[in-house]
Amino acid sequence: MPQDTILFQPMAARPAPASQFGPIAWLRANLFGGWKDTAITLSLLAVLLAVVPNLIEWLLINATFGGDDETCRQNAGACWPFLQAKFQVLMVGVYPQDLSWRPAIAALALLVLAGFTYADRIRGIALIVAWALLPVFALIMIGGAFGMQEVDQSLWGGLMLSVLLALVGVIVSIPLGVLLALGRHYGSPAVKAICVAFIELVRGVPLITILFMASVMMPLFLPPDLVINNLLRIQIGMILFSSAYMAEVVRGGLQAIPKGQTEASLALGVSPARTIIFVVVPQALRHVLPPLIGRCIALFKDTSLVIIVGLLDFLGMVRGAALDPEWLGFQAEAYVFAAFVYWLICYSLSLYGRALERRGPAGSKR
Amino acid sequence: MVVVIAILYVLFSNTQENLAIRGIESGFAFLGHEAGLPIGDSLIDYSPTRSYGYAFLVGILNTLFVSVLAIVFSTLLGIVIGVARVSRNWLLARGAAIYVETLRNLPLLLTLFFIYTVVLAALPHPRDAIALSDGVFLSKRGFYLPRPVAEDGIGLFLGASAVALVLAVMFWRWAKSYKVRTGRSVSGLRGALAIFLALSGLAFLASGQPLTSELPVYQGFNFKGGLSIKPEFASLLIGLVLYTAAYVAENVRSGIQSVHAGQIEAANALGVSSGVVTRMVLLPQALRVTIPATTNDYASLVKNSSLAVAIGYPDMVSVGGTIIGQNGQAIEIIAMWMAVYLTINLIISLGMNMLNARVQLVER
Repeated sequence: MPQDTILFQPMAARPAPASQFGPIAWLRANLFGGWKDTAITLSLLAVLLAVVPNLIEWLLINATFGGDDETCRQNAGACWPFLQAKFQVLMVGVYPQDLSWRPAIAALALLVLAGFTYADRIRGIALIVAWALLPVFALIMIGGAFGMQEVDQSLWGGLMLSVLLALVGVIVSIPLGVLLALGRHYGSPAVKAICVAFIELVRGVPLITILFMASVMMPLFLPPDLVINNLLRIQIGMILFSSAYMAEVVRGGLQAIPKGQTEASLALGVSPARTIIFVVVPQALRHVLPPLIGRCIALFKDTSLVIIVGLLDFLGMVRGAALDPEWLGFQAEAYVFAAFVYWLICYSLSLYGRALERRGPAGSKR
Repeated sequence: MVVVIAILYVLFSNTQENLAIRGIESGFAFLGHEAGLPIGDSLIDYSPTRSYGYAFLVGILNTLFVSVLAIVFSTLLGIVIGVARVSRNWLLARGAAIYVETLRNLPLLLTLFFIYTVVLAALPHPRDAIALSDGVFLSKRGFYLPRPVAEDGIGLFLGASAVALVLAVMFWRWAKSYKVRTGRSVSGLRGALAIFLALSGLAFLASGQPLTSELPVYQGFNFKGGLSIKPEFASLLIGLVLYTAAYVAENVRSGIQSVHAGQIEAANALGVSSGVVTRMVLLPQALRVTIPATTNDYASLVKNSSLAVAIGYPDMVSVGGTIIGQNGQAIEIIAMWMAVYLTINLIISLGMNMLNARVQLVER
């Protein structure tokens, strides 16, 4: 029998039936599955048709893109020159205009470092050192040192202040939270009691009361001749508040470390303190990175509360801009812009958190 | 220990000195003094001649009132959105996802400002108020609803309703035990509802319809009479509900997704109807995941209600802040705030833990 005789000729594959694949099947499965589904889809579409064209008209078609408040009042849509006029104030508050390149450089450094972190190009000790140095660099650039002209803290404001409060808050409160969690987990009964009392007390009350405490009550506790300015007091309040929450997150990580890790380390003759610092804490932190990012988002959102104790952060400046008599009636634009900025920052942080979650505790994979 | 005591002593002596320098009293004697501060929105009768303690009580009640309402509504909205998030309908699921991601990534304070100064301020002046139905008006000065007014015989009606409620609950429990004993199902909930509605309806007619309503009427430059909901309160409630619902929805979603698909498939394969699958298979297992997480969100809702101070709703923090401004007794007021919030949080976690204990899996 010749070798190349084909005994079996498979039929050419047929295309999948249209009822199971392709756009029509997708529509049927996901939008029009039954009369209930169809009703829901149609009513949602009706809502979308009512809202989206109006929104686009307001945001773009009828909007004013150049000119001043008079041009804006002639058009029915959004007034974007308003934001243009207020941009400086929204970003840095009443910070001297000719020096505003300094916060800009700090912001650039933050963005570059964030980019490197997100792309996973910087790791380990270098990552920690870079993030720890960033607020120092930002404070030097904004406040002025080493011969640069000093800018008083009462002039700091806008988005710059919000980001600064959150950045310093996060970077100081993580180590404090680790200490509190260690105290709660490993401490002697007295230390444990103090840590638990602090954590539960702080977590039981709203941030506003802590801020009031920092702003109104802290000067009463300090020696009369020691004066700390309002911004620093509020920053301390935020750090204390945040560290209690960080501590609870870290505690979860500590509980996830198997006992074998400490036992193995101690058996090798490593001292208990070194075991905790070099074996337990790094693993615990890796485990809880995603919820730590969640706390960072929460802290950034919480910085908006400082308006209530008299600081003018981003939201404070937005509210001020909305009340400017020259531009009265454009609150919606101001708040839409604020919402966009807050959302962009918080959502990109949460995307980073999700990416970390997917990567899993780094280093645990071989 | 010695160090801690030393630090506390230094703080204490500093405080004494500072209070003396500023001429601020200490102690809680001020609670009995005349407050002299106006409060815009109060559940109980209030006038500025009342004491500071009474004013603070008004604040506590306002905090509790808005928190309880917000917890109820955010739970309802959260369940709807959470279920929509796992819906097979692509559009609905997308919509719910966008809602959750938007609300969770904005500061609550921004949402509150937006509702207060943009959305509610866009409502018309009371003169051209939007009339939703007879006696229900929306305007930028507030929402107006008919107010129920008790007439003679209300006591009789309320008493009869209470009796009807007890009877209905008794029937419900009997239906449950009957089902357990005989295996035959009696619709306990529907029966109980029918008993309650029928009996209290009869009592309402028998006692001569002792409930009438007072409609709000536009007079002068504003509405008179009726029940008014101030824009500050409405903004705070709407903001808290929208914000917390996004978190509750995520808890509901993760609860639903935690139920193994095999459970649902098995129930479907046994021919159980989809409503019963939801009620008896999906829900009990989903609640185990949802309830503990939601407890935290309720606790943060109560704490978040303190943002009332930013839009001028007189909650406890707002009233307390005004008192601090008047007499400078920050330490006492802050201690009172903390005490009240800690108590509320304790009550919430106790209640939710009891609920949680009922839904948890009973293991050997």
